[in-house]
Amino acid sequence: MTNTTSETSPKDSPQGAAISDFGIDTTSQSTGEAMRDYVARLRGGELGSLPAILGLVVLLIVFSSLADTFMTLGNIANLLAQGASVVIIAMGLVFVLLLGEIDLSAGTASGVCASVMALHLVRGGNLLGGMGDTVFYLFCGLLLLAAVLAALMRIWAGTALSLVALGIAAFGVPANPWIEMLLAVCVGTAIGCITGFMVARVGIPSFVVTLALFLAWGGVVLQLIGQGGTLGLNNDTLFNVANGNLSTAGSWILFVLAAGGYAAVVLGRHFSRLRRGLVASPTPMVLAKVGAVVLLAAAATYALTLNRSVSDLVVITGVPFVVPIVLVLLVIGTFVLERTRYGRHVYAVGGNQEAARRAGINVAQIRMSVFVIASSAAAIGAIVYSSKVGSVDPNAGGGNTLLMAVGAAVIGGTSLFGGKGRLRDAVIGGAVLAIIQNGMGLLKQPAAVVFIVTGLVLLLAASVDALSRRRAASAVR
Amino acid sequence: MSEPILELRGINKSFGPVHVLHDIDFDVHPGQVTALVGDNGAGKSTLVKCIAGIHPTDSGQVLFNGEEVHIHGPRDAAHLGIEVVYQDLALCDNLDIVQNMFLGRERGKLGLLDEADMEQAARKTLTSLSVRTVKSVRTQVASLSGGQRQTVAIAKAVLWNSKVVLLDEPTAALGVAQTRQVLDLVRRLAEQGLGVVLISHNMNDVFEVADRIACLYLGRMAAEVNTKDVTHGQVVELITAGRSGDLGIARPETATI
Repeated sequence: MTNTTSETSPKDSPQGAAISDFGIDTTSQSTGEAMRDYVARLRGGELGSLPAILGLVVLLIVFSSLADTFMTLGNIANLLAQGASVVIIAMGLVFVLLLGEIDLSAGTASGVCASVMALHLVRGGNLLGGMGDTVFYLFCGLLLLAAVLAALMRIWAGTALSLVALGIAAFGVPANPWIEMLLAVCVGTAIGCITGFMVARVGIPSFVVTLALFLAWGGVVLQLIGQGGTLGLNNDTLFNVANGNLSTAGSWILFVLAAGGYAAVVLGRHFSRLRRGLVASPTPMVLAKVGAVVLLAAAATYALTLNRSVSDLVVITGVPFVVPIVLVLLVIGTFVLERTRYGRHVYAVGGNQEAARRAGINVAQIRMSVFVIASSAAAIGAIVYSSKVGSVDPNAGGGNTLLMAVGAAVIGGTSLFGGKGRLRDAVIGGAVLAIIQNGMGLLKQPAAVVFIVTGLVLLLAASVDALSRRRAASAVR
Repeated sequence: MSEPILELRGINKSFGPVHVLHDIDFDVHPGQVTALVGDNGAGKSTLVKCIAGIHPTDSGQVLFNGEEVHIHGPRDAAHLGIEVVYQDLALCDNLDIVQNMFLGRERGKLGLLDEADMEQAARKTLTSLSVRTVKSVRTQVASLSGGQRQTVAIAKAVLWNSKVVLLDEPTAALGVAQTRQVLDLVRRLAEQGLGVVLISHNMNDVFEVADRIACLYLGRMAAEVNTKDVTHGQVVELITAGRSGDLGIARPETATI
């Protein structure tokens, strides 16, 4: 019964009787059926990122009508750079949230990565001189510990990256912007190994572990930078990460690679599934989706290649570097979550830990690995926000960095209860938060109002999650 | 009668001071449904967990296809072709049917998933079991009924060319119609030549599908009989008293946990 029964007309399968005792195993549906299915799923409480997308549209309309500077090219490009670091940290957190865990330390951990990076740059590679003897040896000890812990749990990537960080620190590798970024990511990985081991193997609830580490890492940042000090990132490459733009040609190459790649992958998969008689969405819907994405990408690329400088003296064009950075991370992460065995196991552990254990999945290893990913992503976020500001201060990653990131993931539709969520949720949710902050700023609202509104939006998103879960639980079986 | 596919010889198991299984002998024959019955605490679930490799046994032999094997963990059992369907269905609600059926044993190279291959294999297995109640193999398990979930759990166990399937109370939480579905499925498994072990409290179910009945009484194997040789009443006596006429253990009153 491959696709023999796919001709079943909607008349034969009455609505509402989605699953009853009939022997159809449909592999393809008409567009109408697919739409009805989608509506039925929505009514059943599977909202996905729909609320966030609707919210995004509403916010765009509201702010563009209220603030005339909101929809200017300069502001849009600025918005992308502002939101990027939160989005990147949030993408890492999605992995943790998928298991129903939380990483409260991602923010200050990213601060540690940023300050180690800045210290290494400022001191020309001499971390020993920058940190002082005791701190330096403790730092190296922790990196070694992280490598050992990761090896114990057979997370070899964690071991390797921790050792790379140790090597860079111990051998005093000269400062170089690329080395700095590598060092930041590796330190993030090492931090994640320690957090993950405490949660997965020692068995302390992640809330407590990461709350403790949130405080501890905050102290470490203060120690590394010194009270009231700042470390400037006087390096063009590092500065350009969040402030530079692609050339016009580069922007269009990016468009061709990203949009073309997206279309090729989606359409290729769709037609290969149709050919092999597997479950597939209706072709018109797939085509419409791909068309819409390609058109939007083309429009955005075109707009960003126009001159958006407010003064006549300089010309600012091109897609900001943060766009390809976020896109690459999004593509890699989505691929890992949806197309690899590891990603499947992450969802399984988040859905039913006991079932996953009985299926032979190494639950402890999966639980540890998500913290490694979250901290590594936080380190990349740290590179972006440090670059945006051009310096690292003792508040790096503190304050509400982490809460904004968690908020972004949740607003986008990632469930705090685990098992439900996708990486793009973080991007959509991050966009919502960035637009609120940016738009309220343009409307000259005081910080108080901005915080209150942001908080209320997060509350709204969390209630949507809880209510849709309740609805799904009470749906007629 | 065919050679047993799985034989247990003199299995003992203690949890600390509690001696749960006493010298258990137990045979599973291919193509037959063997019901494992017994009162609460008789050791049914423990026996199944010993076979599945979740609990190590203290002493005794396990023979698979006539050869002695050592089962040290769930993976060893799965490797031999022994699959267990647990009472509390081990399914992930947030995954679909295909994903659940292949959980932990996904197909594909280098850590990548071969969805197409898995989907076709899942559909083939469900078809071979005449499962015609799911609309699509890409339906999320969360939206299935209890009977359908049990069906998926059983189909998952069959997918692996397994030789022995152990079902721990598969009908306990089901309604009449759904119980019907599952019992039919259990019968079909045996017809396909698998050795099926059915743990159940429900005598009607047992008499309906089982070829043989093995009765545990306080951790001892009271009797292994053919279903057609015994009556309902005799089995109940075996369960409650460990003895019924000529059947059962010689002096059940001396039996202690």
